[in-house]
Amino acid sequence: MTIVTNDTPAHVDPQSRLATVPDSSRASRTASFDPADFPVPSGREEEWRFTPVDRLGALFADGPASGHLERSVQLPEGVTLTDISGEQARSLASRPPNDRAAAQAFARSGGAVRLDIPAEAQLEDAARIRLTGTGGEPVFGHVVLTAGRHSKATVIVEHDGTAEYSEFFSVEAQDGADLTVVTLQRWNDDSVHLGQHQALVGRDASYRHIVVTLGGAVVRLNSNVTYAGPGGDATLLGVYFADAGQHLEHRSFVDHNEPKGTSLVTYKGALQGETARTVWVGDVLIRAEAEGIDTYELNRNLVLSDGARADSIPNLEIETGDIAGAGHASSTGRFDDEQLFYLMSRGIGEYEARRLVVRGFFADIIVKIGVPEIVDTLMEAIEEELATDMGTPA
Amino acid sequence: MTTLEIKDLHVTVETETGVKEILRGVDLTVRSGETHAIMGPNGSGKSTLAYSVAGHPKYTITSGSVTLDGEDVLEMGVDERAQAGLFLAMQYPVEVPGVTVSNFLRTAKTAIDGEAPKLRHWVKDVKEAMTSLRMDSSFAERNVNEGFSGGEKKRHEILQMELLSPKIAILDETDSGLDVDALKVVSEGVNRVKASSDIGVMLITHYTRILRYITPDHVHVFIDGKVAESGGPELAERLENEGYDRYLTAQV
Repeated sequence: MTIVTNDTPAHVDPQSRLATVPDSSRASRTASFDPADFPVPSGREEEWRFTPVDRLGALFADGPASGHLERSVQLPEGVTLTDISGEQARSLASRPPNDRAAAQAFARSGGAVRLDIPAEAQLEDAARIRLTGTGGEPVFGHVVLTAGRHSKATVIVEHDGTAEYSEFFSVEAQDGADLTVVTLQRWNDDSVHLGQHQALVGRDASYRHIVVTLGGAVVRLNSNVTYAGPGGDATLLGVYFADAGQHLEHRSFVDHNEPKGTSLVTYKGALQGETARTVWVGDVLIRAEAEGIDTYELNRNLVLSDGARADSIPNLEIETGDIAGAGHASSTGRFDDEQLFYLMSRGIGEYEARRLVVRGFFADIIVKIGVPEIVDTLMEAIEEELATDMGTPA
Repeated sequence: MTTLEIKDLHVTVETETGVKEILRGVDLTVRSGETHAIMGPNGSGKSTLAYSVAGHPKYTITSGSVTLDGEDVLEMGVDERAQAGLFLAMQYPVEVPGVTVSNFLRTAKTAIDGEAPKLRHWVKDVKEAMTSLRMDSSFAERNVNEGFSGGEKKRHEILQMELLSPKIAILDETDSGLDVDALKVVSEGVNRVKASSDIGVMLITHYTRILRYITPDHVHVFIDGKVAESGGPELAERLENEGYDRYLTAQV
């Protein structure tokens, strides 16, 4: 896949493409299964500086395995779901946790859930896991997903209810696999959810990771990709809608450690209501050995009302100039009153006009998502968000 | 028979240097079937008049009235004015990313008529109107005004005027920025609507050029926020030869 855009000419000095230079290389971050290797975040660390860490103490703390989420599962034939021990999970994990919350998810989950898609399976229907919080003790979860060689599958994980939840989700898309993972956050507005989704993309495998975050008081998801062979393709898509009082934070890290890989990161979010808060940080590292890769990342935010705040930070580290392309774009814009006036001057009511503009904003990423039931769920949810905040039209 | 009546309209706008009065007592009446050309130099308030009648929130009406068949237009919301039969073709139409022309037109038509148009007729009407305006059919699937050339934007405005069938249309400098070919296509569009309906038109323009293609019944010279002189088509010819200097010097 070659991504051609106006703002990323094919041949420029890689240095000139740098957006923000990280304080140190992303490659130097700690990776460990032991929570003791990560101090409890204070909020002053680069990677935690946007996050309300004072609300996350229970998920950083040491302790025994504790609460759980109610799980309901629908699996197509051939897909298996088994409980495995922590030791087994560790040997299957594509990479260790990258922060304290993920390390605690590994350490305190008391074992993992293994979801296995056999080699060459061609699944028509999605495998679905619904996790519902019922309040109470904080919950630590660990999922290991393996998509076998040349398999084709979609896995949908849906979260709802009330929980304080930290998860470590380890994914391996083996050589030639075509895997789509959807994570849907429809939590109640008092929930806290921290997650690290760590994917290893095999030779010529295609991995699509789709995040839809609508509910939750604090949601912070790290979606990371590394490659196990050349020619892997990773597409990370995200859609979020933050209301007043919500902090929705999405971070991605694509580690181009193999040649000829591609990655496309696209996140779009809307914010409505005072104190609505979103953060997007997209890290891409192109290592010296990652010759011929092509990467592009984009984040757009639509601020619908005063007082909401969106941060958007792309980081691109390039250690080889021998690449097909690397670029990024990031912007945050206010809802445009001129658009509203234009539509209303054609007889369209205010509610309908705002709806058109917001739907229009998300239109291109919704086409990219391409999983029909997720698209329907998402559009309905966006309509609900708009209706709740603006009052349903008479 | 529809009458748009503007009486002693005063309008202010907030600027960085304070509140500024732009319209200073405009009197103008446009009836069905009539075409009024509003001509004037830059900064005379022509566009302010157009946007004030359409209800743009930037402008504050301090006194005067605007009525459509006796109904108080100034009390109506922006959408209600359009539903009542007013249409404003904008000088700078706004881009709406992700919203296709086809979706936009259908949504607007539904809002104005109060019910969704019959699909078969609607598709045919849109197609015919687009063909007449020499717009490629791929246009319908493009996003509203996004990446449109100046000429395409103006054609799209006239396309809306044709399809939404307003009672009174205000065309704000629809001719500016158009080459002669595009000007002809747009003018033909306006003339087609005039011929097939009883529309009243308020044609705001800086130049006399468009008046070679659209013949006005009345010409009004707009100077410093109000109508300085009104007359027939011959007034436009005089302006073509003399420009606005006569009014501007008289004012000083």
